[in-house]
Amino acid sequence: MLKDITLGQYFPGNSVAHRLDPRTKLLMVVAYIVALFSAVWVVSYGLMILVLAGCIAVSRVPVKSLVRGLKPVLIILVFTGVINLFWTPGESLWHWWVFNLTREGIQRAIFMVLRITMLIMGTFLMTYTTSPIRLTDGLESLLGPLKKLHLPIHELSMMMSIALRFIPTLIEETDKIMSAQKARGADFESGSVLQRARAMIPLLVPLFISAFRRADELAVAMECRCYHGGKGRTKLHVLRYQGIDYAALFLSLVVVAAVFALRRFGL
Amino acid sequence: MEPIIRVDHLTHTYGQGTPFCRSAVKDVCLDIYPGELLGMIGHTGSGKSTLIQHLNGLLKPTGGKILFHGRDIWAEPGRIRDIRFKVGLVFQYPEYQLFEETVGKDIAFGPRNMGLEGDALRERVEEAAGFVGLSPDLLDKSPFELSGGQKRRVAIAGVIAMMPEVLILDEPSAGLDPAGRDSLLNNIRSYHAATGSTVVLVSHSMDEVAENADRIAVLADAGVVLCGTPREVFSHGETLEAVGLTVPQVTKVAMELRRRGVAIDSAIYTVEDLRRALDALREGGAPC
Repeated sequence: MLKDITLGQYFPGNSVAHRLDPRTKLLMVVAYIVALFSAVWVVSYGLMILVLAGCIAVSRVPVKSLVRGLKPVLIILVFTGVINLFWTPGESLWHWWVFNLTREGIQRAIFMVLRITMLIMGTFLMTYTTSPIRLTDGLESLLGPLKKLHLPIHELSMMMSIALRFIPTLIEETDKIMSAQKARGADFESGSVLQRARAMIPLLVPLFISAFRRADELAVAMECRCYHGGKGRTKLHVLRYQGIDYAALFLSLVVVAAVFALRRFGL
Repeated sequence: MEPIIRVDHLTHTYGQGTPFCRSAVKDVCLDIYPGELLGMIGHTGSGKSTLIQHLNGLLKPTGGKILFHGRDIWAEPGRIRDIRFKVGLVFQYPEYQLFEETVGKDIAFGPRNMGLEGDALRERVEEAAGFVGLSPDLLDKSPFELSGGQKRRVAIAGVIAMMPEVLILDEPSAGLDPAGRDSLLNNIRSYHAATGSTVVLVSHSMDEVAENADRIAVLADAGVVLCGTPREVFSHGETLEAVGLTVPQVTKVAMELRRRGVAIDSAIYTVEDLRRALDALREGGAPC
């Protein structure tokens, strides 16, 4: 059951989207979000759907897994849809109790749900095609200029990659401790909320202890290899923009410009 | 004799229906008899851990059955917890599951889940602590103040305190120093002798299993390849080597002696056996 978590899941592959520089992909996602939130009417939404479909085709990520990624936000989607449907002022089509269905509401609901769905699918497409290590590398490099303001960018990205690295380990550990306590008759599945919360103690205490132990061991192992922060540290895989990155960035700019232009004409 | 646990054509496939599906245990049949000390051996990835997690119902078979006293343990899924009290399982590195404020409370976790209270509970805890060689004054200490070896003993006591009919230990001596290992195995042997309960000792050390077990099951490639008394199992030296295991060190010594022309029984698998055989040879005046 714990294995179903898809947070930051990466699908290894060798498509164009996989080979893009992580910085390019981060910038493209930013451009994509800006464009998505500037879209106002059917034409610009249509353009964005085309862009997303093109990206999915290029990345060769199965659509099914992208759709599965939407599952956790289903409640938010439904909630947004319903709120917009019934509580948007405008030309009333149908009225019952506090529900007031309007023409504007239908439009808005469709656009809002579409916007959130595409937002999530677009960002997931990035995490699906970029390994966590490359992603944090890209983030560190993009945020690099902020080091001038004495922001600990390197430390933050190191923390992020360590956290990502240890998610599967901790899940495995949780499974193991759960089994061990179940073997002693612990019951995680039945009882009232309070009883269940109490039943978590035999799971959480050993889990925290082992997390601290691991952190300690990791710190020692890093110091043994002379880790002393980001100053003067070089990379094994140096990020370098290729021709394909410039092309992708240029296309993103074109899309943003097109959406802005369409917005001026209310399309 | 009627087996206490019968593993009947057990198969367990992880991730069924996905491209990552893999059978950790395939069509395994194994009988465990009441009162015996069964050694289970196999190297990493042979399916040992998956198999033993079926014996107390932590994993549900994807094929086949587990019979406890002749009854399918999954016949009533709602009562699977009762099986876990009767078939006690000590995981590998069990010291990492300790969580209570005191050693005594941690050992009491299992029996308390069974509904025991008061004097009966305290008696169980003290008895279990005695079996694993923990002195009574440790019971009020925090488990996190203890040494690694002592923590492991606390965790084992936590399962023994449930007084299971079958006690399964997954690599109980892993990572202990030789002295700690010997004393822990001694404790397990005397627990087995004193209570007459069934014990399954999982290990990857041939020497450890040979010294202690009445019967040995050898696991490899998701199945049981050999099962029988140590004498029977070690007579299949080639099969053992084929699955990446070897006979115990003393058996190697005996085999080498034989190869060099000493008239010695090759089915020797404990240090004690070898000493006796050599003594007999010396008295018989054979060349030494």
